[in-house]
Amino acid sequence: METVADIEWVLACYTDDVPENGGACVKHGDEQIALYNFSRRGEWYATQNLCPHKQQMVLSRGMIGSTGDDCTPKVACPFHKKAFSLLSGECLDGDDYQIKTYPVKVTDGKVYIGIV
Amino acid sequence: MFQPTIIVVGNGMVGYKFCEKLIARSSHFNIIVFGEEPRIAYDRVHLSEYFNGKSASDLSLSTYSWYADNGIKLHLNDPVQEINRTEKTIHSLKGVTLKYDYLVLATGSSAFVPDIPGVEKDGVFVYRTIDDLDLIKTYAANAKVGAVMGGGLLGLEAAKALIDLGIQETHVIEFAPRLMPRQIDSAGSGMLLSKLKSLGLNIHLNKNTAAFVGEHKIEALRFNDDTSLAIDMMVISAGIRPRDELAKLAGLHTGTRGGIIVNEKMQTSDESIFAIGECALYEGMIYGLVAPGYEMADIVASYLSGNEKGFYGYDMSTKLKLIGVDVASFGDAFITEPDCRTIVFEDTHKGVYKRINISNDGKYLLGGILIGDADAYNILLQTVNNKIVLPPNPEDLILGSRGGEASEGAGVMNLPDDALICSCEAVSKSSICSAVNEGACTIDEIKKCTKAGTGCGGCVPLVKDLIAGTMKANGQYVKNVICEHFDYSRQELFDLVKINKVKNYDLVLDHFGKGDGCEVCKPAVASILSSLWNDVIVKQDTIQDSNDRYLANIQKGGTYSVVPRIPGGEITPDKLIVIGQVAKKYGLYTKITGGQRIDLFGAHVNDLPLIWEELIEAGFESGHAYGKALRTVKSCVGSTWCRFGLHDSVSFAIEIEDRYKGIRSPHKLKGGVSGCVRECAEAQSKDFGIIATEKGWNLYICGNGGSKPQHAQLLANDIDNATCIRYIDRFLMFYIKTADPLTRTATWLNKMEGGMSYLKNVIINDSLGIAEKLDEEMQQLVDTYHCEWKEVVENPDLRKRFAHFVNAPAEKDPSVKFETMREQVKAKW
Ligand SMILES: Cc1cc2nc3c(=O)[nH]c(=O)nc-3n(C[C@H](O)[C@H](O)[C@H](O)COP(=O)(O)OP(=O)(O)OC[C@H]3O[C@@H](n4cnc5c(N)ncnc54)[C@H](O)[C@@H]3O)c2cc1C
Ligand code: SF4
Ligand code: SF4
Ligand code: FES
Repeated sequence: METVADIEWVLACYTDDVPENGGACVKHGDEQIALYNFSRRGEWYATQNLCPHKQQMVLSRGMIGSTGDDCTPKVACPFHKKAFSLLSGECLDGDDYQIKTYPVKVTDGKVYIGIV
Repeated sequence: MFQPTIIVVGNGMVGYKFCEKLIARSSHFNIIVFGEEPRIAYDRVHLSEYFNGKSASDLSLSTYSWYADNGIKLHLNDPVQEINRTEKTIHSLKGVTLKYDYLVLATGSSAFVPDIPGVEKDGVFVYRTIDDLDLIKTYAANAKVGAVMGGGLLGLEAAKALIDLGIQETHVIEFAPRLMPRQIDSAGSGMLLSKLKSLGLNIHLNKNTAAFVGEHKIEALRFNDDTSLAIDMMVISAGIRPRDELAKLAGLHTGTRGGIIVNEKMQTSDESIFAIGECALYEGMIYGLVAPGYEMADIVASYLSGNEKGFYGYDMSTKLKLIGVDVASFGDAFITEPDCRTIVFEDTHKGVYKRINISNDGKYLLGGILIGDADAYNILLQTVNNKIVLPPNPEDLILGSRGGEASEGAGVMNLPDDALICSCEAVSKSSICSAVNEGACTIDEIKKCTKAGTGCGGCVPLVKDLIAGTMKANGQYVKNVICEHFDYSRQELFDLVKINKVKNYDLVLDHFGKGDGCEVCKPAVASILSSLWNDVIVKQDTIQDSNDRYLANIQKGGTYSVVPRIPGGEITPDKLIVIGQVAKKYGLYTKITGGQRIDLFGAHVNDLPLIWEELIEAGFESGHAYGKALRTVKSCVGSTWCRFGLHDSVSFAIEIEDRYKGIRSPHKLKGGVSGCVRECAEAQSKDFGIIATEKGWNLYICGNGGSKPQHAQLLANDIDNATCIRYIDRFLMFYIKTADPLTRTATWLNKMEGGMSYLKNVIINDSLGIAEKLDEEMQQLVDTYHCEWKEVVENPDLRKRFAHFVNAPAEKDPSVKFETMREQVKAKW
């Protein structure tokens, strides 16, 4: 397990900048990170913004939701509806894609993304 | 008040029906009925059932109290013997003299008894009334060998009765060379003959009876060929003779071979005397079936209550079960080549013979004969009567489809709405369907509320099919759940959301679903919410598909395209200039779309509100190219410029596009309006297409371009603007409410049980009784229209959403790159 000390918490935005049950794109240097406000579950997630399927910078504009009995949180790319787990980043449609996920924490209405 | 007196002579099937129809229409007549028989009217058609356990009262068409309750004075067992036309009175056997204003003769017919020596002997009967049957029954108890004279429809029925009565040996004597010469051809009759023989009937064709031999009672038949046949009893069924003796006596015109001559209003040569049923002779023809008799009764009842209609002949098709053998003939059964093409199917082993006569162009069924298997009778009769265009392989009609797709056009649900299903009671398909829709689900309930199937009963199988078909059509949206989160079909969820007035996705999910939703149910619910409440969709932007979320179409590379509405494809030069200027300013690629408007590609998400601000300023509105909503109503230039144009297709297209713009639906919608049949707007490839005719517009629906093109089908023709719009309102609203998500109208129709005729019935005839509601709901959507882009442009909170980076709203997505191509930009990718 990685140590907490390795994580750099970057202030991304305020909680009300990201639509409820939706996503927004955060610029971190040259990197684009998709941040999701899963308000229905009181949870926040972050993944890379690039969809690995056809290399489109769009995941933050995807729809989030859940799948399966254990309600795995997921995001579906708006282009061809490939879905990815917000927990593990694996593609849930059986394709071999993997996206990067980031930890998120919220304090005092501010949203931080953990960059490893 | 003056109550005209109507005297009805004859209380048979038609006389009774006349009373019933007249009462239903008006109560201001004084009705008096005279009947020669000792009992109230009964079902003569099912007379033979008297031998199968039915009692006389079972066969009664009504009750004594029915006559009393309706104020009808009944004189039974008292035949009218004289009519005094100058005094306008009648005189009966029992000595009653009464004055009439109108006289209705419904005296029916009697069995024709040929003038053969010995006909008066004991043991010789006719087969017409319950009294006749009582006599036959008594006599049969001591008889072993019986014969029936006449191999027609009634004769064979009488032969069957003799078998039922336990007569050991039954013979049928026919003068003609074949059985049922009036109904079936000789090949069919041959098949029937062998079938009946195998069932124990002895049939003698070409036999001319010379005398009935015997002391007092009949003992044998002697034929012209000097042969003879020993028998114990005889039933004569050699045809019918209209009972015109009373009319003749009164000097009314009658036919040389019998029958009271009537015109198309059933008036005899005396205008206050009518004749109906089997005694009436219309254009040289006696109609010896109950259905035309009922029609005649209806004509006189209508006439007397002030509604004129006429009699113009009647379909004499019949179907019956003769001793367990189905026999049917319909339409023009005897027409032969070269006037038609005939298809014959024969299975001697099973005793099946089928013949259909088809028009030479192969399009229409003209008539036919079915023996041994008449299951197809009703549908074939309907196919003839409604001039339904035949499927490419008409032989399937009698053979059944052999593999491949089931033949279209032969199912009950494909019949036109006005198809007459029950000819006895004149009940159309649409009345039966609406009764089913109102909750009558069994044949008995249908009989009660529509009377269909209460006459000869021949339509009962068809009525049953219609009940099943309609019920299936109503529940046709086979459970097709939306996704793992909702255990409902879109239609069910639509109703739930509506009834419970739920207005946002999370509540819908809490109430009716489970889990946290997904990319399937979110837009589906979004579409339902918007079709119901027509709220600004960006207020719930995260349940919208990406295109709806950003009110623009996402394109390769992550940029968006912008399509302002250009109703009917008509645009002013000034507006064109604005589009050009905006495109230049924001670096957009421009292209004319297939729907006659202009698409601007390559817009950054941040630029969308700015672009729209300028477009709205110039008077443009959202084109909803991003939504599952009305796209365009394409139009040709129409009568304003085109020399062929019949009407102004552009104005109509604009009116329609403006009416339905912004309305969310299960899938995108496209329309088209052409100014004449040349169809330059390709309207028939649209969800709704309108084509000008000399008299108005033809409306086609459920067409589709795309990957599976399908022509739109005609819904209504020669309708005016208002009707056209009303039908489109209902069509669209019905589609919006019942289609599965992402189902185009063409697929929706293809999946619909009953297809176009069902849909037509819902839209035009209001078979589901929801038309008014559909109209209101559509009007509500039209009234709550708003331009979504205007809402966004004017609302800073909503505008804020149109940024690529939340933490750097002014910055554009650096991964978007363009290159040039033919002097415009193109996404580099
Ligand atoms: C055995 C049988 C089977 C049949 N099967 C079929 C079938 O399957 N399908 C079909 O469509 N049709 C069938 N028919 C024919 C059908 O019954 C007749 O078409 C129908 O009954 C005609 O009705 P109507 O009222 O004109 O005559 P009727 O029913 O004969 O009624 C006439 C009545 O008027 C009475 N009357 C006559 N003169 C006087 C007078 N001067 N004063 C008072 N009363 C008088 C008669 O006694 C009689 O009661 C069948 C007929 C029979 C006999
Ligand atoms: S459809 Fe008819 S009216 Fe319209 S442009 Fe074509 S030819 Fe002219
Ligand atoms: S036809 Fe195919 S490639 Fe062309 S615009 Fe439509 S979806 Fe795109
Ligand atoms: S680009 Fe994301 S699914 Fe195709």
